[in-house]
Order: sequence, then structure tokens, then C-alpha cells
Amino acid sequence: MNAPAGDISRRLSPALRTEALEQLLVERELIDPAVMDKFITTYERDVGPLNGAKVVARAWTDPEYREWLLRDGTAAIKDMGFSGPQGEHMVVLEQSDDVHHVVVCTLCSCYPWPILGLPPSWYKDPAYRAGIVRTPRRVLGEMGLDVPEGKDIQVWDSSTEVRYLVLPQRPTGTEGWDAEALAGIVTRDAMVGVALVSTVSAP
Amino acid sequence: MLDVTGAAAPPRSNGELVFAEPWESRAFGMAVTLADAGVFTWDEFRDALVARIAAWEADHAPGEDFHYYRCWLGALEDRLVAAGTLPGAAVAERTALLAERPSGHDHADGEDHGHGHGH
Repeated sequence: MNAPAGDISRRLSPALRTEALEQLLVERELIDPAVMDKFITTYERDVGPLNGAKVVARAWTDPEYREWLLRDGTAAIKDMGFSGPQGEHMVVLEQSDDVHHVVVCTLCSCYPWPILGLPPSWYKDPAYRAGIVRTPRRVLGEMGLDVPEGKDIQVWDSSTEVRYLVLPQRPTGTEGWDAEALAGIVTRDAMVGVALVSTVSAP
Repeated sequence: MLDVTGAAAPPRSNGELVFAEPWESRAFGMAVTLADAGVFTWDEFRDALVARIAAWEADHAPGEDFHYYRCWLGALEDRLVAAGTLPGAAVAERTALLAERPSGHDHADGEDHGHGHGH
């Protein structure tokens, strides 16, 4: 198998190519399939935006925690039991009446895995990664979020060590709700900054 | 136009299917496991991923859809070859070998015959 093998395999499915790579790595004892399966299961089933929603709900109901979260996001989030790869340096951005924060990774797909899970496809899409920087108001509008003209939009690029969590504004009409009920209305999109939290979207 | 909601029915509230196809989860798992084991650093892998994505964006057929995990898989191979962990032609050769399996002995028929990955 010389050069032509490469040409042929390039036309073959990525599934086959992935299987070939996995075989080679297992044979060389570079990966332990059991360890790998555990990683996959964790991110497929266990880690998701509900973690972030719990953080937000606690910040909404506990002023001291909110203050801690904004000052040292990594430590405050770890206090809820959420830490790990892609969550080592967390910065929390609080939405306000004057400023709307939105998060992107312009170069690839950096995203706070421990609290939001793996990123959705639109976050990885070239259209979002380029568009949100150039024309944030228009892209947010396309995604269903109309930011008033007078409100400043700040776009945060994750292509550094830092990962961001957006702390949305607590919607009116949720006075007296406990943290569990509040966590139920916090969406992933709101924690990236492409949506607001609304009681209307409650399940 | 951005597909905000995703075509797939969400497996959990405000989520979507994490992986569109099983091989994507294997490619994801390999990168995470190798970084965790210290075979490469995550930054090294990310640099390779950034390069693959940039290369696709700079040069792809008009109308061709962006396939994130194809870039991911390419980056993984790039990283392993660059580090000398795998010879440059190893993956292509093994892939060609797997393609020669008699029909019924690959995963395309939806069966796992025990030579797979134990999932």
C-alpha cells in the first residue's frame, strides 16, 4: 500500500477512518477504551446546561453567591461541584439593562464543558463565529433576540484560556420561586447570550 | 441562516443530540482521552483544530456544508503525525485495510461483531 492507499482512503467514510485511528491507538496502548467510553458517556449523558442553570439559579437567590460568582467564577462554580476540562478558568458576565453580553469562539469551538456540556452546532458554525463579531445585533436578531438599539452589545471571544458563562437577568414574575424552579427556566442559549430567560419558555 | 434549534429532537431540555453519528463520539473521545493521558496538550490539539477549520473556511467547494467533526478528526491525525506518535501513512493504510473487509463485517450494517469498540 503506497501512495494510492491514501487517495482511496480519503474518499472513504470518516467512520472508517475513525475506526482505523482508534485501532492504531489501542494497539499502541495510547488509549484505554474503557477510559474513553467513560469520557464519551459523561459528555453524552451527564454533563449539560442543567449544571449552568443551577449556578444561575443559585446566583439569583443568594446575593453572596452571586457576588462570589462574579468575582471568582472558577471557584464559585467548583463549589457547586462543576469543574474539569474546559472549565479551568471561568469568567461570569452579568447581563444588565445597559449591556448585553454574548459569547463566541472565533477560531474553533471553545466552550465551558463542565457547566454547559458540549457546544451546539450553531456555536461551531462559521456563520455564527464570524457573524456575531461583525454584526452582532443582526445575528442575534436572526436567532430571535432583538437587542434594543440603545443597548451596548459586548462580544466575548473564548479563544484563550478563559471560558465564559453569561449570567442572565432574572425575569419579572419569578418572585418567590425557589432555586429549583428557577433552574428550570434557564436555557443554554441564555447562558451563551443569544437569548433571554423568560417565564413564557418555561416547560 | 443559522439553525438555532437544530433539526434533531433534544434529548434533554434546551439541548440537542451531542453527536450526529457514532464516529463523531469516538473522534471526540479519542482527543479527550489522549489529552487526559498527556499524549498531547489540549492547546496543541486546539491549534491543530483551529488550523483545520481555517483551512476549510479558506478553501471549500461552493455550497459545501461545514462538518465540524471532520475537521476534528483531521486535527487529531495531524497532531499525532506531527508529534511522531503515528507514521504519516498509518491511518490511510489501516482505513484502506478496513474497507476491504467482506460486506457484513463493517459497521455499516448496524451490527457490532465483537471486533469493534465494546460499546
